[in-house]
Formats: sequence, structure tokens, C-alpha cells
Amino acid sequence: MVAISKIATGNGHGENSPYFDGWKAYEANPFHPTDRPDGVIQMGLAENQLCFSLIKKWVMQHPEASLCSAEGVDRFKETALFQDYHGMPEFRQAVAKFMGKVRGDRVKFDPDRIVMSGGATGAHEMVAFCLADPGEAFLVPTPYYPGFDRDLRWRTGVQLVPVVCESWNNFKITRNALEAAYEKATKANLRVKGLLITNPSNPLGTVLDRDTLRSVVKFIDEKNIHLIGDEIYAATVFMEPEFVSISEIIEEVECNRDLIHIVYSLSKDMGFPGFRVGIVYSYNDAVVSCARKMSSFGLVSSQTQHLIASMLSNDEFVDSFIAESKDQLSKRHKYFTWNLSQVGIGSLKSNAGLFIWMDLRKLLKEKTFDAEMDLWRVIINEVKLNVSPGSSFHCNEPGWFRVCFANMDDHTMEVALSRIRTFMLKHNEAMVPRKLCRRSSLKLSFSRRRDDLMSPSIMSPHSPIPQSPLVRART
Amino acid sequence: MGLLSRKVTCNSHGQDSSYFLGWQEYEKNPYDEVKNPKGIIQMGLAENQLSFDLLESWLAKNPEAASFKRDGQSIFKELALFQDYHGLPAFKKALVDFMSEIRGNKVTFDTNNIVLTAGATSANETLMFCLAEKGDAFLLPTPYYPGFDRDLKWRTGAEIVPIVCSSSNGFKITESALEEAYQEAQRRNLRVKGVLVTNPSNPLGTTMTRTELDLLVNFISDKEIHLISDEIYAGTVFSSPAFISIMEVLKDRKLESSQVWERVHVVYSLSKDLGLPGFRVGAIYSNDPIVVAAATKMSSFGLVSSQTQFLLSAMLSDKKFTKEYLSKNHKRLQKRQNKLVSGLEKAGVSCLESNAGLFCWVDMRHLLSSNTFEAEMELWKRIVYDVKLNISPGSSCHCTEPGWFRVCFANMSEDTLKLAMQRLKSFVSSITINNQSHQELKNTRRKNRNKWVFRLSFQSFHDREQEER
Repeated sequence: MVAISKIATGNGHGENSPYFDGWKAYEANPFHPTDRPDGVIQMGLAENQLCFSLIKKWVMQHPEASLCSAEGVDRFKETALFQDYHGMPEFRQAVAKFMGKVRGDRVKFDPDRIVMSGGATGAHEMVAFCLADPGEAFLVPTPYYPGFDRDLRWRTGVQLVPVVCESWNNFKITRNALEAAYEKATKANLRVKGLLITNPSNPLGTVLDRDTLRSVVKFIDEKNIHLIGDEIYAATVFMEPEFVSISEIIEEVECNRDLIHIVYSLSKDMGFPGFRVGIVYSYNDAVVSCARKMSSFGLVSSQTQHLIASMLSNDEFVDSFIAESKDQLSKRHKYFTWNLSQVGIGSLKSNAGLFIWMDLRKLLKEKTFDAEMDLWRVIINEVKLNVSPGSSFHCNEPGWFRVCFANMDDHTMEVALSRIRTFMLKHNEAMVPRKLCRRSSLKLSFSRRRDDLMSPSIMSPHSPIPQSPLVRART
Repeated sequence: MGLLSRKVTCNSHGQDSSYFLGWQEYEKNPYDEVKNPKGIIQMGLAENQLSFDLLESWLAKNPEAASFKRDGQSIFKELALFQDYHGLPAFKKALVDFMSEIRGNKVTFDTNNIVLTAGATSANETLMFCLAEKGDAFLLPTPYYPGFDRDLKWRTGAEIVPIVCSSSNGFKITESALEEAYQEAQRRNLRVKGVLVTNPSNPLGTTMTRTELDLLVNFISDKEIHLISDEIYAGTVFSSPAFISIMEVLKDRKLESSQVWERVHVVYSLSKDLGLPGFRVGAIYSNDPIVVAAATKMSSFGLVSSQTQFLLSAMLSDKKFTKEYLSKNHKRLQKRQNKLVSGLEKAGVSCLESNAGLFCWVDMRHLLSSNTFEAEMELWKRIVYDVKLNISPGSSCHCTEPGWFRVCFANMSEDTLKLAMQRLKSFVSSITINNQSHQELKNTRRKNRNKWVFRLSFQSFHDREQEER
């Protein structure tokens, strides 16, 4: 009997990775403030839930943006019929304008280069199909988003070769690392077709500095390979340093523009993953043309194109949204990282994204990925937080975890923090040095002081600690 | 050394086909009753525009579905965040119920076996990725929808081998045609993975008979291969014989526990039945849990917008609406098809008798200058550029006989259809007159030539006689 395809039966979908195991644990027992207060809190999902009230307000004030309301129904028929893979002109114009605004209007995007796709997931696969044949390879700096293993390789047959970045220099992408990866691929008889960078980075939450970007562009130009810039987190940069897009760098650095492509989406910046708005923006005409044809496999629903076109062409709304989103992300990030530091947990210094790259190396029993997995299981099963282990991001060093902070309300954040405190308290107690035991009175006072500092009741929203942004926000 | 992939530079996207070229011509000079009355009338687009008023009136009566509200509460946020590739449960339920209703409730569908995709385009490609790879082939009865060349082959690397159907029996699938296609695949060193049929058929507009369906089940059973039944036009069956889904046949033959059960997959979409191609709502239905699991993961590359899932779950759960819609839609399709058929008759053109779809399979063989595909292209160009009707030539549908054309009837107003038929009638008359006068001229010339030859030969005979004497 004929089997089904190897693609269907193989593991290329990547869902056997621990990245998804955590999701499964969460799904089996999801946290709910009243129904399931002991459930697993989802901190493995990079979603932006901080600005919905602003968006909801706009939606309510603009019924014509919905095709189906009395105000919008005149456009219903023509929209319902519209399946042109060029996409609605007003949709492309609105998205091009938004992309420009997010980059401080330092660059302009051409609506005719905007190609739709089924989310960034669809965009990445589409770009891989356009740029590489089966067996060819892309270089990707580690740590990187686990979904790339599926999106770029599964059905395309393309390989990924890691550009190893290390913690000693904050995971910067160095020329040496790029060269090493290129050489490794060549030695393995893999033809390198391109380099994929995510900027701002997932999972690091950092932006690439100008020098690194210039160096990257020079590298791909010299090697005559493509550069794909996934800029899906562009509008989540909430603090200095400023975001610099590839689209800006190519205005400064000489390079073959036919090699430059940007992947974008509204899933992170606007918090609309459900609407499946993915974009491929290429400076290469042949790629635009081919991608457009391929976009038939994942067009954006015209109903959604209509909504997005209305929303993003409203300058006032867009400007206030971008500002508000940055503000909310900044506040949440600051509160979260500050509270973590109070219990001795550090993270990579970051200014973007919807997560932090948490440093739990000192909590590992030993410097191995097995120990990382052990720690991760403890975090999921005992602390009841779904966080993503660094190994699932192909990090070369154990002990790092990606922890999302923008996908929950304030209360849930508090619960998560209190669980972390409790866990760290237990851990630190277990780690108390032997010499303190001799001075019993000291030990007592020492531990009591620790209790005062770390017990949830003191660190609650009613905490006397004046710097708490959460307290400030409520008054 | 190419900098881009082979997929960019090859032609497998199929867009150099005349099917798409006709569209391009239309786009350069589209008919508009007021603004461009001499423009090209689009009859190459299988869209259902006859029942939008029913959809619009439903929307007017159901403002909540429209404005992201449920029970008075805004669910905008929940929808905006919902990206679960398992799909909105309420939508899947409404969709399988709708699919069942279309099949007269003779079969039921399980929500666990359905996978949502961005249109049938994505559904067909995804199924192909699940079932076939480079070196594999699917057998497809001709004529077939030109888009399959792209959807099934382009990025998957799979091949299509035609099951040749002919006008001699109304293009029905025969056992010998199936076997011949299978052998042809072997000759081309391709491993046959399955058969894909479109039922009701595009471009024929006919429903498959039970005999054909039984034949297919026997064939795939015997060869132990898959069967994909693209039933995207299931809701457009406007007259008898009734639509028989492949699922119904399996049920009637009590094959639910057999091996063949898990090798039958159905593709569906709301683009034709509900007339909503812009919303990109497609589905794969499979009895094989491995295929369902793989296809579900693959659907990440083309999910249905949650906004759209929500709207349609409300609409399709309204059973009063779906019943009324299906019934009224059928009546309108039938009426409109009749208008096309009678219009064609007046022009001296016949078509394959049909009971479904949004088009007719029109027989223009008698208008060809010769029984060749060159002549078909010649005729097609005249119809597009001179008669200003964009219709689809049979060769773009891989028909093996020249002279057939697919002509759509549900994507325009009645007046536009009338005008199209008038234009066609004038054109056919002019060809006929030309042919007649051409024929008369030929006859006259032949007579004159004959006279002249006779005279000559008589003369020479006479001369010879004279000489010989």
C-alpha cells in the first residue's frame, strides 16, 4: 500500500521540540485567576496583549471598518469577491505607511513591493521556496526562534546552519561567527543561499547596532548571498538604542539590492496573530513576482485586509498606538526585570520584544543541557510557569530561558512573580553556605530578613516599595 | 549558477497558460455597462455572484457577528489572539454541518477530521505535500481546472498524469482510461500515489455518476492508492441527477472499516458555494488521522483569519439561513444556466448537458477552421479580442479534443449575459456567412475550374484526334 509522504510522517514540523512540550503542559492545566489559580502560567507565548483597549476603542468608533456592519456592508460584495493576489491597494498602502512610521519615517516602503502571506510563518516558507532549492542552506544566528526549523526547512528541503553567538559578548553577531558558519556549510557541501537575521531579536529582545548591521550587509554582498531580515518585532522597541532597519542600512552601504528581503507581520507589533497578516517585502523584482504567485497559498482574508486598511490608514490612531504600545511594554519590562533582580535573577539587557532572555545558569546543577532540561521541568511542574528553554532556540550555552511578559494582565504577572520568589527562596535556602549555621542567631535573623524581603505579602501591589511602577500605575 | 530557486525561474506556476492570459486581457479592457460598454466581458471566472443579497440581508439582521461581539461582549481581543491551527471549534462545527446539509444529510462529518486552510488552493497543495513527493504522480481526469498544475505540482514536485476522457461518452471516466493513465505513469517512471477528481466537475459542470464513483473506489482499492475528491462545487448542484459525494458511496458500500476508508480525502471551500473567494476559507477532510495531524500542522502556513472564522461560524450555524440560501441559490443558478444554454443555442452553439457548477462546457468544434489546437487558439483569440468575451479554451484545461470552451454564467448580471450572447450570435453568424460565402466561392471556383479543365482536355483530345487523324 502506498504510504503518505516522508514530509507528513517525519519530524520536520518540529513539534517534538521542548518548546512545544511546555505549551502542551500549559494546555493541560492553564492558569485562570478564579477557576484554576494553581494552573500553569503561560510565559512561553510571545504575544502582545498590552494595548487592546486602545484598539477596541478604535474598532467600536469605526464600524465601517467591519464589512458586516450597516456602515460597512456596501463594500461586502466586492470585498468578499476580491481574491486578487496583488492584495487590496489600500491594504498595501496602509501597511507600507505603517512600516515606515515604525521606522520613524526614516525610510519609505513601496506598496507595490508588498506581498501577502499566511502570517510570518507563511512568509518565511515562501521566501525559502523563492530563494533556495532543496539541499541548499541558510545561515541563522543562534539563539533563534524554534519555528524557523519548521518554517524554513520542513516542506522546502532547505537546511539551516547556525551562526554561533555567545554570551560573553551578549550574543553579538560577529564577522568571525558568520565566516565560521559559512565555512562549515561549505565543508559540508552545502550551498549557502542566504542569511536570516531577526531584528529585533527573538529570543534576545535586543536590536542589532549599526556596525553589526553594516558588517552583515557587507558579508552577504561579498558572498553574494541573500539577506532576509525578519523585522516582526520592529514596533516593540520600547527603549534606546533605536531600531535600525535593514531598509535604512542599504541606503548607507553599497550592496546588491536584489539580495535584500524583509519579512514582516502584524502578529507582534499589533497583537493580531489570529488575523494572519504576513508580509514579504523584497527589493528583488523577480522575487516579488514569484512570491506574489505563491501567495495564492496563503492570502490574507479580504475581510481582514479591509479592517487593517481602515485601521492603519488612520494616522492619529497609528501614532498614538505606536507610542502607547512602547510605553506599556517599557513599563511591564521594567517592572518584571526589576522584580526578578530583587530575587537574584538576571537577564540579558534588552530594549525590545515581548520577552526577556533570562539567565538561570547559576541554577543549573551542572553546565549541561540535561541539567537545563531538569531545571525546565521543575519550572513547569513545580513553579508552574511555561517558559522556553534556551536549547529549543539552539543556544550553544545551557541555562538561558526565554520568558514572555506581555501576554498577561497585571494580576497574572503578580502571581507569576510570587511563584518565582517562592521558588528562589526555596532554592536560596537550600544553597545557604555551611559557615552561617554555626552562628545560629545570625542565621535566624538572616533568614527572617530574607523572608521579609521575599514573602509575597510584602511584594504585593500594596508593597511599600515606592519604585514599583505597578503601584504608580494604579493611582 | 542561479541566485534564486528553480521554482522562480520555471513555469510550473502555470501562469503563462492561456487561462490566465485571458484574464490579463480582460483586466486591460474590462467591460462596464456604463464606463466601458465595448470592453471584454469576463466569462472566464467561476464566481457565484447571484446570491449576495441573501448574505447581505443576513448581515443586516445579525450585527453582532459583524462587530466582533458575542452576547453583547466584545470578543475582539480573543479573536485577534486566536491562532490555534485546530481552528475555532464553533466554526468547524458549523462548517461540517453545512457540508452535511449540502449532501442532503446522507453523510455526517467529524470535526476532528477537518483541517482549515486558506482556500482550496492551499488545501489541495497541503494534501499533496502530505501524500506525494518528487517522483510521485496523481492521476486526474481531463479536462481539469488549470490551477491544479500550480496547486498540485509547483512546490511539491509531484506530477499529474491525465486520465483521458472524451466527448464520445460525455467525458465520463472509464475503467480503460484509468488503467491507461496508470500505465502511462509507469512508463514515465512515476509512482502513482492516487487519483484526484473534481465532483461536481470543473470545467464540465456535471456531477459524477454512481457508476463512475464505484469505478474509482474499485480502482483505488485495487491499486491501494489514495483518492482526493475536490467537492468545492457540491453546493452548486441545481438540477438532477442529485449530487453523490464519495463519502456517501463509501458509506453505502459499508467501507468504513476497510483499508480504502482512510485513503479517501475530501477538499472543500466556501469560495464557490457561498461566493466568498476573498475570505480564503478552505478545508481538508480526511479519514486518516495521520494525514489530519500532518495537514493540521501544515495549515500554519495558511490559516483562516480568525475574524473570518467567527463571522462564518455565526452565519453557518443559522440553519434557517443555510436552508434558505441553498434553496434560493440553486434556483437562481438553474435559471441563469438555462439563460446561457438558450443564448448559446440561438447562436447555433451547443454545450455539454450540465446540472452543476458556475459554467458550461461549450462545444465550438464546428467553428474551428481545422480539428487542431492551433485552430482552437485562433478561435479563442478572436473571441477574446474581437468578440470581447473572455472564455477559457479547452486546451488550458488539458482537454484532448480541440474546440471545447468553458463559459461562466454566474459572475455577471443578467443583462451582461444577454449582451454576451448577442455578441456571440453575431460572431457565429458572421463566421457562418463567411464560411458560406467562402464555401460558395469555393464551389464557384471549382465549377469554373472544372469547366476550364474540361475544355482544355476536350481541346487537347480534339487536337490529338486531329493529329492522329
